[in-house]
This record gives sequence, C-alpha cells and structure tokens, in this order.
Amino acid sequence: MMSLIFQFGRILFICFLAELLSALLPLPIPASVYGLLLMLAALGLKLIKLDQVKQASSFLVGILPILFLVPAVGIMSLWAELRAFLLPCVLAAVPVTILVMAGSGLVTQWVQSLRKKGGKGRD
Amino acid sequence: MTELLKNSAVWGILLTVIGYGLGTLINRKTKQAWCNPLLLGILFVILVLSLAKIPYEDYKASAAPLQYLLLPATVCLAVPLYENLSKLKGRFAAVLAGILSGVIISLGSILLMGWLLKMNREQAATLIAKSVTTAIGIDVTQTLGGMVPLASAVIILTGITGNLCAVFVCKLFRITDPVARGVGIGTASHAIGTAKAFEIGELEGAVSSLSVAVAGILTAILAPIAINLFF
Repeated sequence: MMSLIFQFGRILFICFLAELLSALLPLPIPASVYGLLLMLAALGLKLIKLDQVKQASSFLVGILPILFLVPAVGIMSLWAELRAFLLPCVLAAVPVTILVMAGSGLVTQWVQSLRKKGGKGRD
Repeated sequence: MTELLKNSAVWGILLTVIGYGLGTLINRKTKQAWCNPLLLGILFVILVLSLAKIPYEDYKASAAPLQYLLLPATVCLAVPLYENLSKLKGRFAAVLAGILSGVIISLGSILLMGWLLKMNREQAATLIAKSVTTAIGIDVTQTLGGMVPLASAVIILTGITGNLCAVFVCKLFRITDPVARGVGIGTASHAIGTAKAFEIGELEGAVSSLSVAVAGILTAILAPIAINLFF
C-alpha cells in the first residue's frame, strides 16, 4: 500500500515538473508532452526504476478511456456550433483520420521493408 | 433531485463508470467493433443527461476528479513505451518517417478541404490540429485564431473514429507490423486511439504513445506555417 502511494507520488512529481516547464518555456508544447518525455528520460537514466512506478502507471493507463469519456460528452453542449459547420467537421474527423492512419502506417511498414531488403548486416 | 446531485461529489464519476462498464459488457457480448465501450459509454451518458435534463456543466463539475487524472495518466504512457523501446532499435527512421508523413497528410488534407470548401482562416484553423492530443490541439487552434470549443469536439470525434476504425483500417490496408500499426493509430487519433492500440497489443500501444507525442510536437511546429502560407 505504501509503495503505491510512493509510486503515485513519483508520477505526480514528474507531472509537476512538466507543468513548470510548460509554463516557463516559450514553446507551444503542453505539460502532457513534457511529462511523457521527462518520464521516459527518468526511466532511461535509471533515476526512476521501472518497479517504482509500474503498478500505479498500469492502473492509470488502464483507466485512460474512462478519462476521455467526460470531455467527449461535452459534444452534446456544442451541438449548435457543430451543426453549422457539420460537413467539414465530419470530413475532417472520419475520412481524413482513416487516410492519416493508413498513410503513416504504410510508410512505416514500407521504410522498414526497404531497410530489411537493402540493409542486411547493417543492424 | 438537482439539489441532491449538486451536493453529491460522486454521481458524475459513478455515471461515467456505469456508462463505460455497460459499454464493456455489451462489447464483450456482441463482439462487434462498432460496439466500442467508449462510444457506447458516451452515448449512454448523453442519453441519461438529456432524459434527466441535467446540464453538461453539472456533470462535468461532478466528474472533475477524473479530469485531474488525465495528465498523470498521459505521462504514464511513457512506462510501456520505455519497456518496449528495445524492440524499436534500428526502426527509429521508419517510425519517424511514418509519423512525419501522417502529419503532412493531415495538414495537407485540411488545407485541400479548406480550398475546396472555400473556408476562411478561422474555419481552417479550427480543423488544422484535429489529429493531435487535445492539449496541443487546443493551444495550436487558439494561437491561430480558430474556434476552440469546436476544435476540441473535432479532436474528440477524430479520436473516437480512430478508436473505432483502427482494427478495420489495419486489415483493409494490410498493415500487419505492430510498430507500423502503432504509428498509424497514434499519429491519426492521439490518446483516444492509443487506448485502442493498447487493446490490440502492448507494442502497438507503446509505439502509439510515442507517435502521439512526436506528431503533437511536429503539428505544433508545422500547422502555423501551413495556415499562414495558405490562409
């Protein structure tokens, strides 16, 4: 139990550092991205060991979909604005998303297959 | 009734958990991709609020503690990413190329749509950052003079689309490699899509979280250039 509290404490400490960076640095990067990179760096540099955050972080990552439910319900109060601009919004949300997903996935797969074919022995 | 709800600290969270729980149950029973727990949960909560005539603001205030967890949960996406980093060795070039092309396709499609539908700058700026995580998307929209509430709605719709279509799109375009899947899902549909990527597999989810961060940063840099050049 104590260990979970400490785990949560470490995560919150990284979040706080991230909020500081986001407020102090003049870049349009939100705290969540700084925090993700800071946590990655802390784990990579062994400042934090994996089992010092693992349990609490598995829980938080697991409940992520529930956390998005609340802002998503907010669409109901934006219905009037959404209706006036509906076609572009739906086009941007559905076909463009599928296009981006397919495009970035295929490019990744293609570059990897190029490396496998051309770069034998390099890896 | 409204008074009782106003004084209760947990009904919003309870409603959220019930909605998601019901969604999960229906999803398990039907095994249909469109019976997505998140989508069903959203529809359930909207239905309950509309039937009971409870304003969204009241629900949001009561469910606020969940919002406080959003930053720590996003930061924790770094943990599975770290655990899977070794599997990405030698594939960073492919991952970066994929994310960059996704961001360019996203910006390009919105610019093209803006031109075809004769949008003004405000409208184009509302849609330009639609594929990235809400926090970055809202910052970018605000800086460029777009409509912020509408932009956040489109960002959420984008996430839900990605969450719903991920498996189908990967099958349709024969994206079989877990790393490529993760890049596609994360670049196109940010953290809401990433939740789906984690259901598909740990590596998919880890790469997807990396893609969310990188695509967000790239969009924050490139979207202002795109809008200022064309609108």
